[in-house]
Amino acid sequence: MTPEVAKLLAAGIACTGLIGAGIGVGHIFGNYLQGALRNPSAADGQRLWMFVGAAMAELLGLLAFVVAMVLLYAK
Amino acid sequence: MHQFEIERYLPLNLLGYDISFTNSSLWMLIGVGSVAGFLILSMRGRSLVPTRQQSMAEIIYGFVADTVRSTCGEEGMKYFPFIFTLFSFILICNLLGLLPKSFTVTSHIIVTLALALTVFLFVTFLGFRKNGIGYLKMFVPSGVPALLLPLIVLIEVVSYLMRPVSLSVRLFANMLAGHVLLKVFAGFVVGLGIWGGWAPLIFMIGFTGFEVMVAVLQAFIFTLLTCIYLNDALHMHH
Repeated sequence: MTPEVAKLLAAGIACTGLIGAGIGVGHIFGNYLQGALRNPSAADGQRLWMFVGAAMAELLGLLAFVVAMVLLYAK
Repeated sequence: MHQFEIERYLPLNLLGYDISFTNSSLWMLIGVGSVAGFLILSMRGRSLVPTRQQSMAEIIYGFVADTVRSTCGEEGMKYFPFIFTLFSFILICNLLGLLPKSFTVTSHIIVTLALALTVFLFVTFLGFRKNGIGYLKMFVPSGVPALLLPLIVLIEVVSYLMRPVSLSVRLFANMLAGHVLLKVFAGFVVGLGIWGGWAPLIFMIGFTGFEVMVAVLQAFIFTLLTCIYLNDALHMHH
């Protein structure tokens, strides 16, 4: 395995971190929708917190993406 | 990739620092110009019954004002001009980046880090001015066993210092990832030729619509988190 191959492989493996972000963000939006359908009157007040939660979950996945980018392009 | 490269249009040098006028500066100027132009033009009439364009400007204003009010309360409205400027600048930079041949200012981490550090330093300064040295109590949550306290304080300090990093990386990575994905699929269109290229092309059209949504959402999330940090500084819970 040449260093170039190892680099590409490592970048691909680093992107698996995005699986977790996908699960997390889907969980948050799904649960919000479930709660909103059960109690529509309370939905509006909690929308901001849904976005905050989604942003937090997404960030952790994006860190994996950034690691992949650094592996590919950093000199 | 070519779309992320910085070109110098007007090389300038100040005390050894490179302050050239680049394509990044040009698109920032276009962004600021179009926001200012749009708002000034739409509010020129100031009619009681708004025209279509005026009501567009009012909706954006009202949306940000509602976000600030619901997170920070009336006290936060003092800082509304700053937050509205931040929102409209990030929004217009994200949206202008979707135009063909344009440059996405917010896809460079140095730009988003500068924005996030401005927010971070502003909020920290405000917290210390409002609460004095008591602002440090933010790192000591109440109701924690004394044995665990050193560990919790350490985690709180680290998570506080991570704020500018997380704010900037979120915006930058979202913008970068969207544009890289579009570029990769554009490569598929060319690679599959006239018979197979339609499938990725249709996907790209749909994904561009999704990117518009992401551009608005990320501008909103940046603003929302700024409001939440501001609220932490204004009304301390602990």
